[in-house]
Amino acid sequence: MDLKRLLSQLDLAADWVGLRYVEEITSYRWVRDGHPQANQRDMTAGIMVEVLVQGQFAYYATTRLDSAGVQLAAETAVKLARDAARYSVFQFTTAARPANTGSYRSAFSQAEESVSPAALNQLLIRATERLKVSDKIVSSNAMAQIVRSEQQFVSSNGSDIEQQFLMVSADYSALAQHGPIVQKRSDSGMLAKSWQIGMEVFNEEAVLQRCEQVGAEAVELLSAEECPTETLDLLLAPDQMMLQIHESVGHPLELDRILGDERNYAGWSFVRLGDFGKLQYGSELMNITFDPGVEHQLASYNFDDGGARAEREYIIRQGILQRGLGGVESQLRSGVAGVANFRASSWNRAPIDRMANLNLEPGDSSLEDLIGSVEKGVYMQSNRSWSIDDYRNKFQFGCEYATLIEHGKLTRTLKNPNYRGISSSFWKSLKGVGDRSTLQVFGTPNCGKGEPNQSIRVGHASPPCLFADVEVFGGEN
Amino acid sequence: MKTKQAVGPMEQLFNQLGSALMAELRGQESLALSFGAENSQFTRFNGSRIRQTGLVDDIGLSLDLIDQQRQASGSIALSGILQEDLQRVAAELARLRAEVSELPEDPYLVVPVAGQHSHSDQHAALLAPEQSGAKLLPAMQGLDLSGLWTSGRIYQGHLNSAGSRHWFASDSFVLDYSLLNPDERMLKACFAGTDWQQSEYEQSLQASAQQLKMLQRPAIRIQPGHYRAYIASAGVADMLDMFSWNGLSESAMQTGESAFLRMRSEGIRLSALFSLAQDFSSGLAPRFNQYGEMAPERIALISAGELKHCLTSSRTASEFGVASSFADDSEALQLPVMATGTLAEADILAALGTGVYLSNLHYLNWSDVAAGRITGMTRYACFWVEDGEIQGPLESMRFDDSFYHFFGDHLEAVGAESQMNPNVGSYGGRELGMTQCPGVLLSSFALTL
Repeated sequence: MDLKRLLSQLDLAADWVGLRYVEEITSYRWVRDGHPQANQRDMTAGIMVEVLVQGQFAYYATTRLDSAGVQLAAETAVKLARDAARYSVFQFTTAARPANTGSYRSAFSQAEESVSPAALNQLLIRATERLKVSDKIVSSNAMAQIVRSEQQFVSSNGSDIEQQFLMVSADYSALAQHGPIVQKRSDSGMLAKSWQIGMEVFNEEAVLQRCEQVGAEAVELLSAEECPTETLDLLLAPDQMMLQIHESVGHPLELDRILGDERNYAGWSFVRLGDFGKLQYGSELMNITFDPGVEHQLASYNFDDGGARAEREYIIRQGILQRGLGGVESQLRSGVAGVANFRASSWNRAPIDRMANLNLEPGDSSLEDLIGSVEKGVYMQSNRSWSIDDYRNKFQFGCEYATLIEHGKLTRTLKNPNYRGISSSFWKSLKGVGDRSTLQVFGTPNCGKGEPNQSIRVGHASPPCLFADVEVFGGEN
Repeated sequence: MKTKQAVGPMEQLFNQLGSALMAELRGQESLALSFGAENSQFTRFNGSRIRQTGLVDDIGLSLDLIDQQRQASGSIALSGILQEDLQRVAAELARLRAEVSELPEDPYLVVPVAGQHSHSDQHAALLAPEQSGAKLLPAMQGLDLSGLWTSGRIYQGHLNSAGSRHWFASDSFVLDYSLLNPDERMLKACFAGTDWQQSEYEQSLQASAQQLKMLQRPAIRIQPGHYRAYIASAGVADMLDMFSWNGLSESAMQTGESAFLRMRSEGIRLSALFSLAQDFSSGLAPRFNQYGEMAPERIALISAGELKHCLTSSRTASEFGVASSFADDSEALQLPVMATGTLAEADILAALGTGVYLSNLHYLNWSDVAAGRITGMTRYACFWVEDGEIQGPLESMRFDDSFYHFFGDHLEAVGAESQMNPNVGSYGGRELGMTQCPGVLLSSFALTL
């Protein structure tokens, strides 16, 4: 797509204009119980034409990619901006769209074409067979999603950015049933294994080995005890820390939420603008970074969708809140330091503040040290349920699989593990953080936010973490 | 709102692409086409000011190609320019044809069958996009309003090689918003329709502003526990939305993932006061699915507490040997309608006595699917009530309770009046449909945090 040519052909009375082109191809293959359920490829492509007039941005997003279509879109966007300018939430200037040039490519070993649709279907069929470790497995699923995304951004003040992504998500799950007891186990929680990576992720030996473990754990849960209802130490595996960081650190620190943009939908935040630089968010063991440069993590990139260059930044350091998760627009509105996270889900949605890669930095404990320090507690793995209030404070999360910890040792498997807490006090109870050898990288393609709604990709890396005195509970008998 | 029979440019584009593709089919190939498009204005408000505004024109076509008991599917973006789009769809058909032969056989695929036809094309007088700020904002001044204005046209179509042909297009608008008072107490409201009436909009906004005054009293904090509760229609709609996810899907039932499994396997019933149906009679969403089949206008799902039907696609019917209800493959509720009861609006507070009045719920999720347990938060205008009198707004509480209780043994009464709760979702594209339901009075509801 020759965006610079389209930009040069525009005849427009605007203070600034930007063109953002997105072309994305998603291949989705799903097998259940040995039979194909979906072999689908979706292609979307379009341009968002954005203008700045009288301090107000407005956009027109279209699938028409010719110069006449782009000109019409730009002229209409100018009319929208003029209509809205009398009621602008903020008088923006071109400073909201920094001029940058550069590119980005995902790192991968094997291109999508290296595994044929037939071969991938055969692998997924074998995966569902391997998940059926006994006749108690009543349903088994294997899914692969491959996304190729090409994004370009040019602007009248000189931005010229091209970024190409290859992203793969895989999920393998088994449902076990014995009479009225039903238990599901997946490979680290639904779609948690989402990365910028190539088809090397479909190594057959590794996939089948993992499926056998997933199936065995589903069956194991059928005869497991209920998670106790008690206030105990709680050790969270990295595949649950992903959700804990996402919901109770990431969302409350998004500057657009704190500024009130999401009050009608996703909600507000218990964090206020005056808290940055001061608030003791968690214990001194808590170090959170915004890191768009982690190879293979799902939300790595060099530039956000407003053209800002992305850099690693500490968001929370030794428990103290440092800066917000807000792009240039939010930084201008709030006066608070932020990061380059002004991102859109596609060409047809305007960018807003999204958390991208948000990671908990490793500490100095081995997993054995963490378990060994617990007199009585629960070790929970893999998210299955999540809910949190509109201020991102009162949460309740559930996991697929848990193990009781007694006298410093893992003892019995537990089913239906849940825990609840309040973000502002929960993180202060952090008393152990795994070392770098225990760190794992996960992600999800499905973080929802925004009006109109946007589902976007985020990444979270974390070691296992130990929390003191958490209310845990099981299912209903 | 007016119904038009003449073929508009979008339907014409779909028909021309469809004809070209059907003419290209070879041998035993079957093809189903699903068309989706929207012309939408989205304007976000924060503090009664405009945060973001824009227009989205999106057009796409999905193709399902079946050959030799194998299926390959694809969707592509269209430009709206016929010659360019003819090339795009021809290329996509060629890609599908190359792929389908190497895929494994699918024993449960649904082959298009001899066709059904439907046509609905509704036009309304909407606000001009470049005037929406001037028309909407003046009435908001003096209020703290956050929300989203959505207005425009949605198109859906279906054609298949067996001869099914469907078209649905409609204009609509919705202002989905929250009003806030200086203490951050919030009230949720929605002004939706087809033909724009400025005076109705202004009156609706004034009525919401009046209701906001009820939130001026100091907030009341209560301890976790079991409380008598009234959940208003919007909150009930949130609960019913959960039934589209591990819920009233026949596929979920057959694969053991449905929360309703105990109703089928153990014969458990909900309250005789609870009845739920899928009902397309409002015409707010098309009845046809991706196979070109027409769902029945009304299907009873739960009648007087007894599970009657689950939503069943023809694919599920084929796999598990059950009858199809011609649901689409998601087997999700599109137009759920819950039956009303006898509790009059004026009697709600007296009937509640002492307990919680919950106008809206937030962020629901299954906490224990097999037990039917749902967790979530109270949100917006919720109140603590004593002896039938509102004492003050309630601080947000987490609930965690089973529908086997709140639509079962704890369901004391059902409201006599039903409200329409439009689906305002727009992930991927603007969604159609709504949930029509009354409020419910519960003898006990579990608040946990």
